[in-house]
Amino acid sequence: MSQETIIISSKGKNSSLEPIVSLTEPGWVKFILIGISLLFLGLFLVVPLVEVFASALEKGIGFYFDAIRDPLALSALKLTLLTAFFCVVFNLIFGLASAWAITRFEFPGKNLLITLIDLPFTVSPVVAGLIFVLLFGLQGLMGHWLRDHNIQIIFAVPGIVLATIFVTFPFISRELIPLMQEQGSEEEQAAMVLGASSWQIFWRVTLPNIQWGLLYGVILCNARAMGEFGAVSVVSGHIRGLTNTLPLHVEILYNEYNFTAAFAVASLLTFLALVTLVAKAVVGARYSQEREVLPISHESERVS
Amino acid sequence: MSIEVRQLSKTFNDFQAVKKVSLKLETGSLTALLGPSGSGKSTLLRMIAGLETPDSGEIHLTGREATYVSAKERNVGFVFQHYALFKHMTVFENIAFGLRVRKQGEKEIKDRVFELLNLIQLQGLEKRYPNQLSGGQRQRVAVARALAPRPEVLLLDEPFGALDAKVREELREWILKLHDETNVTTLFVTHDQQEAMEVASRILIMNQGIIEQDGTPIQIFDRPATHFIAQFVGETNFIDTEVSEKGLAVWGPFRFGVTPFFTVGQKIRIYFRPNDVYVTGQFETLQVKAKIVKTRFKGTTIEYKLDVGEGRIISAHLPKGVALASGFTEGSDVYAAITAFHVFPL
Repeated sequence: MSQETIIISSKGKNSSLEPIVSLTEPGWVKFILIGISLLFLGLFLVVPLVEVFASALEKGIGFYFDAIRDPLALSALKLTLLTAFFCVVFNLIFGLASAWAITRFEFPGKNLLITLIDLPFTVSPVVAGLIFVLLFGLQGLMGHWLRDHNIQIIFAVPGIVLATIFVTFPFISRELIPLMQEQGSEEEQAAMVLGASSWQIFWRVTLPNIQWGLLYGVILCNARAMGEFGAVSVVSGHIRGLTNTLPLHVEILYNEYNFTAAFAVASLLTFLALVTLVAKAVVGARYSQEREVLPISHESERVS
Repeated sequence: MSIEVRQLSKTFNDFQAVKKVSLKLETGSLTALLGPSGSGKSTLLRMIAGLETPDSGEIHLTGREATYVSAKERNVGFVFQHYALFKHMTVFENIAFGLRVRKQGEKEIKDRVFELLNLIQLQGLEKRYPNQLSGGQRQRVAVARALAPRPEVLLLDEPFGALDAKVREELREWILKLHDETNVTTLFVTHDQQEAMEVASRILIMNQGIIEQDGTPIQIFDRPATHFIAQFVGETNFIDTEVSEKGLAVWGPFRFGVTPFFTVGQKIRIYFRPNDVYVTGQFETLQVKAKIVKTRFKGTTIEYKLDVGEGRIISAHLPKGVALASGFTEGSDVYAAITAFHVFPL
């Protein structure tokens, strides 16, 4: 029996067992759909991915490692990881706080807050970068004050971190809000009546319930933070070795016709992305497993 | 006195959920708070537990003022309708939770948890997770978890509401037995009058934010205090008529003696239960003629719809044995009398 054929024996009107009714699409439809998907996937994802690594290794493995080991590339890598770290930490705090506030309390302006959290999804990253230039740049609102106090934000690491935080801040709260809404607060109420303090409730009840969703949000946030180009490009100033992140470094190398080095650094970024992807798949599997609503079995059981 | 509530009120937005409710529960009692949904019974229970803040009034637990004491400090056990077990903890850890947050020793915790596992008859399941248990088992774990820190009062919010009929029945018996063993003051909320009558020795009936009657199951059933309770508890017939002369009301062929305090012409509603209608095939004294227009099998009783003339229909229940022996069918001519009734002014 082929997989897509389901045999139905109708005991109703046709008591003669006249079976074999195919309930699914004919086989060729399936193959065409799968074919189209694979074709596009190959064309737009696999080929470029292979191309990245192929171009990177064009001039041999030695050149590849030289390009990666280049101090400028290493400092870009360091800055990228640092930025991602700060983003994740900030967004963890903000994400938890906002999701908690939105799902557990009623307050005026709650709907506005939910809408505002989505703002970075709708605003172009370049605009996000410009906002910070307008705020903290020399000609900006706070420019004079910052200069007087000798604080450098734009064209420095703080600017890059700020711009990246802006772009990534919906990720964790967006992941947590529906999750916490779905779980409700009964377990926390139960814990409270049992005598737990707020701190104990958070660590022993809330956090274990949202840990996989939280981790999933962290991974998405991290991926975006490492790959962000537009907003960072506006505020960075492209100072090599100081304010260059990996994506910016790739662009500079590329613009200097240093293709192989550009691809080598790009492969580094791609590698980080692939690691993230694997982590996301693993966490995602655990996450959906946890969220699966298990049917409440109602079988009668004896109470002797 | 384990629980004492004085003049407690709570309003949500514009909706007054609980209106100046007062009650006292004796130590060791088992009381049901019965009412339809939206009657304020859950809100009242949650205020006693400290999960809602009252707008006004006082709550005293075992003689101490507890109105503004946080839920965490009240030392009450609370059981939720949907169990609210900690999903990521085993049965053991769920029951142990209240002891762990009180920083009790490992040995004490273990002893207490196994003692409770015995009490709820789930020995051997301590390593299971809540999603590996049936609904009835989950609710028993929830009760054990609530009892673990030895609360002074146990509050249950529709504890069997999410379970099917058979399991509910078993758990009713179980909770009675459990109460006999632990003797902890228990207040449980339910909308199921059968459950309230079977389990509780005292029933408080709530409607629209107030307690309409407070009494034993028999008092509630046989002497309803208000219109609402007459209709809400058990099956009932009701007829609207007026006082025709001092101390007498007439409805079709039936004559009802009423209190002489009603004025002549006053509109009244008379309630009587289908099993208080006495039906025979032969005329007996004070009966009226009736015709069976419909019969309905109800398990232990059989229901007859009786036409007592001029399209006046009343319902009568006969025990199945009596009904079958009498041989009544649709269309039979019978005689009926109403043996007990309650009169309320409209």
